[in-house]
Amino acid sequence: MFEELGTTAEGDMLINIGPQHPATHGVLHLVMTLNGETIKKTEPHLGYIHRSIEKMCESLTYRQFVYVTSRMDYLSSHINNHGCSLAVEKAMQIEVPERAQVIRVIMDELTRIASHELWWGAMAMDLGAFTPFFYSFRERETITDIMEETCGARLTMNYICPGGVMMDLHPDFQKRVKSFIALFKSKFDEYNELVTGNIIFQNRMKGVGVLSKEDAISYGCTGPTARGSGVSSDIRKLYPYEVYSKVQFDEVLETGGDSFSRYMVRINEMLQSIKIIEQLIDNIPEGEFQAKTKAVLKLPKGEFYQRVETARGELGIYIVSEGGTTPHRIKFRSPGFSNLSALGHMVKGSKIGDLVATMGTLDLVIPDIDR
Amino acid sequence: MLSLENITNAVHEWLNATLNPTLALLSEFVIVGVLAIALFAVLGLSLVLMERKVAAFIQIRLGPNRVGPFGMFQTVADTLKLIMKEGLTPDGADKFLFNLAPYIVMIAAMMLLAPIAFAKGFQIWDINIGVLFLTAVSSISVIGILMAGWASNNKYSLLGAMRSGAQIVSYELSAGLSIITIVILTGSLQISDIINAQANGWWIFKGHIPVLISFVIFIIAVTAETNRAPFDLAEAESELTAGFHTEYSGMKFALFFLAEYINIFIACAIGATLFLGGWMPFHIGHWEAFNHIMDFIPSSFWFIGKTFFLIFLMMWFRWTFPRLRIDQLLNLEWKYLLPISLVNLLVVALMAVMGWHF
Repeated sequence: MFEELGTTAEGDMLINIGPQHPATHGVLHLVMTLNGETIKKTEPHLGYIHRSIEKMCESLTYRQFVYVTSRMDYLSSHINNHGCSLAVEKAMQIEVPERAQVIRVIMDELTRIASHELWWGAMAMDLGAFTPFFYSFRERETITDIMEETCGARLTMNYICPGGVMMDLHPDFQKRVKSFIALFKSKFDEYNELVTGNIIFQNRMKGVGVLSKEDAISYGCTGPTARGSGVSSDIRKLYPYEVYSKVQFDEVLETGGDSFSRYMVRINEMLQSIKIIEQLIDNIPEGEFQAKTKAVLKLPKGEFYQRVETARGELGIYIVSEGGTTPHRIKFRSPGFSNLSALGHMVKGSKIGDLVATMGTLDLVIPDIDR
Repeated sequence: MLSLENITNAVHEWLNATLNPTLALLSEFVIVGVLAIALFAVLGLSLVLMERKVAAFIQIRLGPNRVGPFGMFQTVADTLKLIMKEGLTPDGADKFLFNLAPYIVMIAAMMLLAPIAFAKGFQIWDINIGVLFLTAVSSISVIGILMAGWASNNKYSLLGAMRSGAQIVSYELSAGLSIITIVILTGSLQISDIINAQANGWWIFKGHIPVLISFVIFIIAVTAETNRAPFDLAEAESELTAGFHTEYSGMKFALFFLAEYINIFIACAIGATLFLGGWMPFHIGHWEAFNHIMDFIPSSFWFIGKTFFLIFLMMWFRWTFPRLRIDQLLNLEWKYLLPISLVNLLVVALMAVMGWHF
């Protein structure tokens, strides 16, 4: 592969974006064929941060493997843990206490906001605006502080476990989440003023990186990437889990399919998450935070599948059990992998600057793609 | 009153009294050269610090605050680090051009200092084609950038240099045309004439809306010419890592970095001279008392104040706007700024002929 990295026979320039590059947000390697500044072909090369998490899970018990998944999509670690716990609970038919369910959903939505905040800052940085990053981190810090207070970690939480959650909420939790909601609402307009309404930003985003509805489906895109193309794919709505069926929220759909639609989906999703948290924060039922389960979990023989909506799209957890204490095989269907596969199609014929902008709106987390 | 003009005159007289005229002239050359280089270093260091502080202010953080009071020696420490670093020349690079490029950029920036009037009667070279000299010499730096990009043997550098070439050559037109509006109004290319013509009011106030338009176009064009965000496509960190100076390290990188800030200073100094009256104090019509108080502020303060106001504007742009794409950048110039500039030039010419300005 490396001897061909020069110029193609047609005289086009081959250029490596990554694995070390400011725009790839990790170790993604794109081999691009350029004609001047125009992209003719984009080929992602994966595997630079492959840690064989699926194989590792095979030697871990059903309690242990949940924690490894925090390291997949580290920006939505709560949701990864949640999905794995749900899969195990589904297999063992564990009834999760109502309190734990509500706590889990609140945590999921806080994670989603934190993840979208980081995406917003990083995407603006891809476009050359450095300031939004600091604005979004101002609010994101509040969330990570809440997380730290509740479960002791700021990034890889390991808070949600099979049967419920690890420990009960901190006494200040409700107060701090409410103050976060107030803060977020007061600062949200700044985001739109600084970035969304900017004419340069809109010119960079509108009509760029277009993904049609059909292509979004055939590439298997999920999450905000698919919803930006008008594909209804919110797992929280389509296959509701926990208390999502009881709360009121809208699935954000845009029909443009371009970078700006994906941007607007994520921006509005933050508001929907706030709406969910607002409904739940005053209604956390009293009771146990964890179901009574055995110390060592044993899944019955069979195959189990659970899907959850992470900040990036649909995360599928597929467990094959032989009836022992460790899984026989685990397969994760990560949203980033499918979304990345559409990148080459989206940026064909556009400029290098558009590649960076489009990649920014896909919100790629490379450890999620490689696992 | 102690002014820079008196000091230079005193030095000039003393040198001529003690030495013969040739030696006096030579020593004046040396003094001017040393002062220019010193100004260069001081400006570079202070502007980098200012940029970091302005960025910190806009980005709700503190900025450098560890080295010295308010982090004032941060840039000095950074420079020391850069001096001590090894200046790598990559394998396969054209060694001669690669090492020459930063000096060309630097020399072009340095030559631009010559015709700028820093205060009343304080100017290195009051050449009679001052404005023409400025526009001509400022385009030399693009040669250095193209050289750096080509000689680096790096595709990112090459892309950055080509972008920069297209960008600077295009935006020079708008910058030149907006400068010409002032030349038409003044009727002279000499910097001192242009400043003296603004004794009873700066062009931005005297020239009605057309001069305001050309001022805005000038600011946009020089932001693009100095490769600053939102037009920093030549560097484009998230796209081309560092653009044309990706392969540079140590002092050679520092020269590019310094030249960028000197170019900002010079661009803003030209803007302040042409549109905001250079070192001329701010006067309002017949408010004699007010005008008299304004005259007490030294002329060098006026010049530096106006220049740094414009520099602050450019820094504000950088930390607010996202970057344009290369085709949008060229569209903006060729489809919007250039036609507007041309029409504006006609209007200003008409205004000057009919004597409609104040």
